[in-house]
Amino acid sequence: MSAPLEIRGLSARRGDQEVLRGVDLDVAPGEICALMGVSGAGKSTVLRSIAALQPFSAGHIRIGDVTLAPGALPGEARLRPLRRKVGMVFQAHALFEHLTVLDNLTLAPMHALGWPQARAEEVARELLASLGVLERIHALPRELSGGEAQRVAIARALAPDPLVLLMDEPTSALDPARRGSLGDTLRTLARSGRALLISTHDVDFARNFADHVAVLARGVLVEYGDAATVLTEPQHTATRALLSAPTER
Amino acid sequence: MMDCRRAARALLVPVVRSARTVACRVTVLALAMTLAGCGRPSTPTDGERTTVLRWGGDAEGGAPYVEADPAHPDSMRGFDVEIAEMIAKGLGRTPRFVQVAFASIDASVERGDFDVGLSGVEDRPELHERHSPSLPYFEFREVLAVRVADSARYRSLDDLAGRRVGTLGATLAYRMLLAEQSRTGLVAVSYDDDVHPYTDLVEGRLDAVLLDHIIAERSFKRIGGFRIQPDAFARGHYIAIFAKGDSALRDSANAVLRARMRDGSLEATFRRWDVWDAEQAALFQRVLADSAATRPEPSTASASSIARYIPALLRGAGLTLVLSCLAMLLAVSLGVAIAAGRVYGPPAVRLLLTAYVEVMRGTPVLLQLFVLYYGLSGVVRLPAFLAAVIGLGLNYAAYESEIYRSALMSIAPLQLEAARTLGLSELQVLRLVRGPQAFRLALAPMTNDFVALLKDSSLVSVITVVELTKQTAIYATNIGSWFIPGVLCGALYLALSLPLSRAARSLERRWSPR
Repeated sequence: MSAPLEIRGLSARRGDQEVLRGVDLDVAPGEICALMGVSGAGKSTVLRSIAALQPFSAGHIRIGDVTLAPGALPGEARLRPLRRKVGMVFQAHALFEHLTVLDNLTLAPMHALGWPQARAEEVARELLASLGVLERIHALPRELSGGEAQRVAIARALAPDPLVLLMDEPTSALDPARRGSLGDTLRTLARSGRALLISTHDVDFARNFADHVAVLARGVLVEYGDAATVLTEPQHTATRALLSAPTER
Repeated sequence: MMDCRRAARALLVPVVRSARTVACRVTVLALAMTLAGCGRPSTPTDGERTTVLRWGGDAEGGAPYVEADPAHPDSMRGFDVEIAEMIAKGLGRTPRFVQVAFASIDASVERGDFDVGLSGVEDRPELHERHSPSLPYFEFREVLAVRVADSARYRSLDDLAGRRVGTLGATLAYRMLLAEQSRTGLVAVSYDDDVHPYTDLVEGRLDAVLLDHIIAERSFKRIGGFRIQPDAFARGHYIAIFAKGDSALRDSANAVLRARMRDGSLEATFRRWDVWDAEQAALFQRVLADSAATRPEPSTASASSIARYIPALLRGAGLTLVLSCLAMLLAVSLGVAIAAGRVYGPPAVRLLLTAYVEVMRGTPVLLQLFVLYYGLSGVVRLPAFLAAVIGLGLNYAAYESEIYRSALMSIAPLQLEAARTLGLSELQVLRLVRGPQAFRLALAPMTNDFVALLKDSSLVSVITVVELTKQTAIYATNIGSWFIPGVLCGALYLALSLPLSRAARSLERRWSPR
């Protein structure tokens, strides 16, 4: 079976500037891959390209049996199979501000997947319970702490049961204890057969929880390998720079 | 200041000439406002006070009363113009015309905007209490105009029970119709001008028009298509009106009028304008014998009349509220559609909607109401209330759409992207995420607009809808004072708008982020 997420020769531009150049990357089911690099290295562009939020100029992205090609984004109908396979957790959570936690979780299953309300709510409760935020089910996003909001955002992305889960800088707003518990949560998610691609520049987090590490520098994938290997014996200067930088932002 | 006035008048006059068309009427209103904005219209200097007689009239009234001279558009002509000249000459002064809306003549003369009001002003008891009226110089008959086919059917006001009968607001005829309304269930329809009642009669919006015989005959000559019933339903007199404190000037003017009745020059004037008849001769005789005999009975005390008008004011307030709510409903629905079209639509649709918004915002709502009600009456004949709802709704939709558009544009792109990655279609993103969030942002400006609409709804009186302000104006004209009616009317508007603002504020607090 091929990897649920396969990226080949991915290039993207912003205006005249090439922000990604020929990136190749696979993420297998059950695997956590940490996408590392300094700010502006192109991590977000990789995630946004996979989530079909922005077009790319060359290469392809394959998620299961869906392939994204370069050029303008396909129409809504053609994107639908991809949307069901890819979940995304944004750095700023982007919870729907006008809806309660429960409604945030049931919105897509009910309206995009056509689930009956009872089923959507049952799944939502299970997810919230497994992430430890069930007691916040009727809160509004603005009433949540940063950690709660993040777990709700993860639960929301998981509600449609995606194959691939993308996360943008999930640890940036968390204290060390919370990072540990987030890492455990993500490991559990991976064990259930999902592929997780997580952008981060948190070296400790990657070392403790990722299976593989991919390092981006100025739009090029400069190093890839086992987390332990890459982070203990860095080959590329960009990786060394990441390791020597203070782990906290 | 003088230059400003002259400029405004030069603009005003040619328009008044053809003020019978809708667009022109609106232009006149706009210019009248410009004129008012030029400063206090005509406060004379001490020197002027003794050499000039400022007389106020409504050139919109037209011939034979007051109209702009077709040959010299910046001078006036008409029998009232000639009477003003006679009085001025008799007093050794130079006449100077001041344009004033017919319904405001009495209030304006008391303010000192001019020395004498003279424009087919009907003698009414309350004028004697609050102003110094001249002796009557003309006797008019209230006559009924009906469509030719109805001339056998509608001969008296009793025949018109349950029917719509139009007239000019704030007149003897309107008061008669109101009395009939409570007696027989006839529907009195008040107009701001004396032309549209007749066009609406011909077009079938009205079943009859009750007005002065001069106006009826003039309209018959101009548009025809109806019959004037021969019987007079009432008689009344035209008078000149002076400020309460100007009774000395009034007495001198009366002396001049009597002299002109005696020497035949007043008769010559009326003959020139083709309005002389035996009844005028009889009136002159009575006036010259004893002017007091023609005075109307003084009215009852106006304090007791407050209670009588309150039900009518409440009805007006109810109508204002219902009208505003329906118009707002239309404005909101249409505004949402326009905003969505401008944010999501293809370029051609965006262009079209932008044009709609600019046209509706860039032209007076008064003009839009006129065009909708009178201008399109050949194509679609809307009932007045419906036309008012549609007119206000279409106009406010332009403003609402701008509010929603900017609210839509201000929703964070990340919220939309999150919704997209969850698999919601663009329409669902709009309906479930962007729209509801934008609505919360739009609420405060929407409330402002609704309060503004509540007040703008007073404009629809120009298309015969009697809402709160119009009802107040009728009340004020009848008792001859704006003070109590104005206070009551203001209180009612506040009673409508304050709870609304409060409700909006509390909703806003509930929804405000943090």
